[in-house]
Amino acid sequence: METLNAQKKNAPSKTAVRISGAEAIIHCLLEEGVDLIYGYPGGAIMPVYDELYKFQDRLTHVLTRHEQGATHAAQGYARVSGKVGVAMATSGPGATNLVTGLADAQIDSTPMVCITGQVPRHLLGSDAFQETDIVGISTPVTKWNYQITKASEIPEIFAKAFYIAKSGRPGPVLIDITKNAQFEELDFLYKKCTGVRSYQPIPEPDLKALEAAADLINQAKKPYIVYGQGVILGQAEEELKALVEKAGIPAAWTILGLSAMDTAHPLNVGMVGMHGNYGPNVLTNECDVLIAIGMRFDDRVTGNLETYAKQAKIIHFEIDPAEVDKNVKADVAVLGNAKQTLDLLLPLIHSNEHSEWRKEFDVKYHLEYQKVIKKDIEPTKPGLTMGEVIEHINKASNNNAVIVTDVGQHQMIACRYAKFSQTKSNITSGGLGTMGFALPAAIGAKMGAMDREVVAVIGDGGYQMTIQELGVIFQHNVPVKIVVLNNDHLGMVRQWQELFFESRYASTVMTNPDFVKIAEGYHITSKRVTERNELESAVTEMISSKDPYFLEVRVEKEDNVFPMIPSGASVSDIRLE
Amino acid sequence: MENKWYTISVYSENNVGLLNRISGIFLKRHINIESLNVSKSEIENVSKFTIVVYTTENWTRKIVAQIEKQIEVIKAFYHTDEETIYQESALFKIASSLLFDERQIQNIIKESNSQIVTVSRDFFVLAKTGRRHEIDEMHDALEPYGIMQFVRSGRIAVTKASMPITDILAEFQNQ
Repeated sequence: METLNAQKKNAPSKTAVRISGAEAIIHCLLEEGVDLIYGYPGGAIMPVYDELYKFQDRLTHVLTRHEQGATHAAQGYARVSGKVGVAMATSGPGATNLVTGLADAQIDSTPMVCITGQVPRHLLGSDAFQETDIVGISTPVTKWNYQITKASEIPEIFAKAFYIAKSGRPGPVLIDITKNAQFEELDFLYKKCTGVRSYQPIPEPDLKALEAAADLINQAKKPYIVYGQGVILGQAEEELKALVEKAGIPAAWTILGLSAMDTAHPLNVGMVGMHGNYGPNVLTNECDVLIAIGMRFDDRVTGNLETYAKQAKIIHFEIDPAEVDKNVKADVAVLGNAKQTLDLLLPLIHSNEHSEWRKEFDVKYHLEYQKVIKKDIEPTKPGLTMGEVIEHINKASNNNAVIVTDVGQHQMIACRYAKFSQTKSNITSGGLGTMGFALPAAIGAKMGAMDREVVAVIGDGGYQMTIQELGVIFQHNVPVKIVVLNNDHLGMVRQWQELFFESRYASTVMTNPDFVKIAEGYHITSKRVTERNELESAVTEMISSKDPYFLEVRVEKEDNVFPMIPSGASVSDIRLE
Repeated sequence: MENKWYTISVYSENNVGLLNRISGIFLKRHINIESLNVSKSEIENVSKFTIVVYTTENWTRKIVAQIEKQIEVIKAFYHTDEETIYQESALFKIASSLLFDERQIQNIIKESNSQIVTVSRDFFVLAKTGRRHEIDEMHDALEPYGIMQFVRSGRIAVTKASMPITDILAEFQNQ
């Protein structure tokens, strides 16, 4: 790939080469620096697979066991590396199986390009075999999509797709390519896209807004930062840290913002939202200036909007103008890329300590520790807790693993207790809440960061939604570590049934298979832990392993995740028990 | 916030699928489109959607932000009725015999300021351009005599204030 790019770079002027549409697609990917894609072949995409066969020395294709797995793997890869993830599928069912991953990438702003085959142009609309209107289906869940019906469109559309996927607020793009366009020839010449006239990826920062924001922050007695994934996507981690430290402002994370700042940092006060920390939620309604950075006031973060931070002035640092005033009205909105806007803000900010205000977070933490955290991570009663498993993973990996989580109780526990010292380390399905995300996403995360320890923490429910991707781990020997926290229930739904549906456990009890035997069937080293005294050594053994490793931990069946803001309640009404 | 009529003007590229993308934004929020018109605009190769909704300003503002966020949309605006000059068109197909049998029909044609587009042995067609209520009044006046076919267009509107699209496009060209 590098040689090809170097050749192209050194060439004084590019000349077009006559190649097939299918081969052109491969060259487009190589030009965009793609060396790894996830996918699943089928009739309408076969010409592209035929070219992949010829280019396998430069472009690795990983055959997932289901197209949904390809999208989540591409997402995991993108989230950990900051690069665009690529997934490919055939027409019809292959394409529709991408929809969940597209929706997940759309709501969590993950750069991804999906390529689907389509029936030949002359059969469009004829209900041909494996024909489906994937452009129509994927429209609401893509940042952009396009159907290529002529080979000559390929270079420009691919260049545009990669540009759109990664620029501004990132997101998924789908390109549908009719089979005739894959066979046809074109004069191939690649030019990277540098702009689209109808699309402004990053709004220009408004200096007046920045000054107004600085004034509010400088005058604030109880300023409070809530940061989201915009900090990670905008590579603004250093700027956030500098702001927090200079102005002495406590900062809390949304689950997608987690790992943008070292969890051990004294001003990093915890998680906001439904199962976030007590102080960060309650004090949202006591701060005088709330500084939201790269976050979108999701309902799981705010609870009841009518009672959310009404006493505070709101400053919103945001790249997407459509997010401003969408859920929470901003007193000052600073549009732009967080790295740029925070960098411009910093010189305007006075140094401060806010030590009294910061103490309030410590007091609240102490209360939460006594009521919740202690029982979660240092339990004394029989029955293993999810929290103590996360604690052991922290210890064994020196707080430096990439933690990939699925959706539910284990996810909330992991986001509360996992410790991170590096950015892009918390990979989870936040906005969409996609069960089945973690196992394939962990494969992508590992392949996107081979030098890092990647631990997938998954519940027994979500694990069985994409369990077939163990086949990829086995076939490609991807050394991910898989921890299934098995409580034989769909734990989070069960918790809601207990609290809000008078313990009527409708369809949340699971009779599970022998997970260890299943992993062994894929030749993955496996262990099951049922007792506390076995846990630490098992986790250490797993982390030390150079190969993939599967660990099932039988945890207490009916534990609940607290604190909890009941759905629709105020952040002030968070329950500790 | 009270519901009002808002006219949304969208300047966009002329691409397949964009209508679906824009209408999906209304669908996602369970908001009905009262009328929709797509045509060319004052700028070459730039299309213009004119969409009418009856909802709150808050929803309209959020919808316009979501529309504008779409890659192929250059710019979107919303305006109240007071801020726009707007018209709709309607066609009425009526049996020709009524022209001779019902004297009142000729009065309606005169008073409504409508034009006769065509007359044949069996039917004639009236065209009326105006505000929604004027067309409704004409419809109500003709209805007792029998309307063979009726159709009304979506609203078309120009705004009293400028919509600076050319500047945006020029700025991109200069980058």
